Amino acid sequence: MRVRFDGVEVEAQEGQTVAGVLLAKGIRSWRTTRGGDRPRGLFCGIGVCFDCLVSVNGVPDVRACQRVVAEGDEIRTQAGAELPS
Amino acid sequence: MRRIVVIGAGPAGMAAASAAALHGVDVVLIDAGAKLGGQYFRQDALAAGDRFTLPRNVEHVASAAVWAIEPVDGGHRVHLRIGPADGPDRRGRAVEARALVLATGAYDRALPFPGWDLPGVFTAGAAQALAKGQGVAVGDRVVVGGTGPFLLPVAASLIGAGARVVEVAEANAAVTGWLGNPVGALAGWSKGGELVRYAGTLARHRVPYRSRSAVIEAHGSDVVESVTVARLDALWNPVQGSERRLEADAVAVGFGFTPQLELALAARCRVEDGFVVVDAAQGTSAPGVFAAGELTGIGGADLAASEGAVAGAAAAKFVGAAVEPPVRAMARVRSGRRFAAALNAAYPVRSGWHDWLRDDTIVCRCEEITKRALYRAVDERDVGGVRSLKLVSGAGLGLCQGRVCGRNVAELAGVDGTGFAKRPIASPIRLAELAEEEPVETPIDAEESGRVLGVEY
Repeated sequence: MRVRFDGVEVEAQEGQTVAGVLLAKGIRSWRTTRGGDRPRGLFCGIGVCFDCLVSVNGVPDVRACQRVVAEGDEIRTQAGAELPS
Repeated sequence: MRRIVVIGAGPAGMAAASAAALHGVDVVLIDAGAKLGGQYFRQDALAAGDRFTLPRNVEHVASAAVWAIEPVDGGHRVHLRIGPADGPDRRGRAVEARALVLATGAYDRALPFPGWDLPGVFTAGAAQALAKGQGVAVGDRVVVGGTGPFLLPVAASLIGAGARVVEVAEANAAVTGWLGNPVGALAGWSKGGELVRYAGTLARHRVPYRSRSAVIEAHGSDVVESVTVARLDALWNPVQGSERRLEADAVAVGFGFTPQLELALAARCRVEDGFVVVDAAQGTSAPGVFAAGELTGIGGADLAASEGAVAGAAAAKFVGAAVEPPVRAMARVRSGRRFAAALNAAYPVRSGWHDWLRDDTIVCRCEEITKRALYRAVDERDVGGVRSLKLVSGAGLGLCQGRVCGRNVAELAGVDGTGFAKRPIASPIRLAELAEEEPVETPIDAEESGRVLGVEY
């Protein structure tokens, strides 16, 4: 299946999580923090830490380690605190 | 209708569901994952099908977030959102039952150190989950650090996923010391053989395994580029001059585990020393609420499955099934707990880690609270417990609700950290979801409400 990450088409497989897709592409970070504007990516990998937040189909604050990709998902990096579009 | 709810489909929850189902009770088994197994038996998410099969009268509700448990007359109501994680299209559902088995498991404890907020630093559990579940190594050159036997399977999984494990740094004495003493501490633990196999994998790949060592710093501007590993004294203070710089693009650290307590606290189960207190039938202090697995003490998958079998039988008995005491499972629980106590005593967390931190090291990742800010808040204000600690410092107020920082900042501030797990909303949900009305299934029979039952063998 195909999804898009920041507008670029990326190949993905059934059952992959957003974090699985991005890490397999060598992408380590996909959001910045509210306070220090620091890069963050995956940390706990099991849905506990909320560090790996990403925007999926216009909805921010989705845990990349928990969200299983679906055909056509629009995945976007997230900067600081974002409101749903 | 005889029905129980089991929350968590790891070793404990699956065993509880099977045990109750075999006694003719319908089971609703709720889990966050898409497949059965939990963390320990994590399945390859890219493969088709499920390697586990449960009895027909178990309904497996997958991809479900339990966001609240509410006491109702005669039982509990469990609130769920089912569907793609954190998405707006999840479906609401509420299930009531007179008996509940909590098997919510545990997650890695991560200790802070300078640079631990850099992308490329992961928990050991993350490295394991990504390798086993997604077939991805979290880095090309990975340093594994922390304490306990769990570091070995993590290193082996990383190797299996194609990473080079640069080093394994065990902060306590070597786990291999245990392997050499099978008639002592390892007696009765069937996983002994498994550990020997992991140790063999490490040896074959020439992975250095160093005891009394830890990753005390990760370096890099926007991603991990190297780490500092130091030798530790008995209290985990770094030994001056022992620091070594290792090139690595990832670090996986785990210092034992923290139980997922929020649902147990919501159900008003008594918690002591950070774990749910249970009786011989795995019953908690809350009538009709049973707990099994890491919630009651960190003891691994075998003990969790034994506790689950006991809890499932007791929950079935609680709702009226004819159940004989599961004496064999109860005996396995007793011996498993003796082993777990010895294991936990061998892999403590020592306070020397406090000195790994610098003033500007982040202690709360969500709110970006530094050690300096935490100590200033604690020094200037009157901090009597978790609530005031959170309010004066900001630590633990972010999205993870203190799951990651709670134990650490409580320890730094000198307060009991259990209160960090009080989370009325157990899993974040969106406001629209909160506002939505959800169908409530099988309200508990009015005749049954108010009956106080216990299970005694």
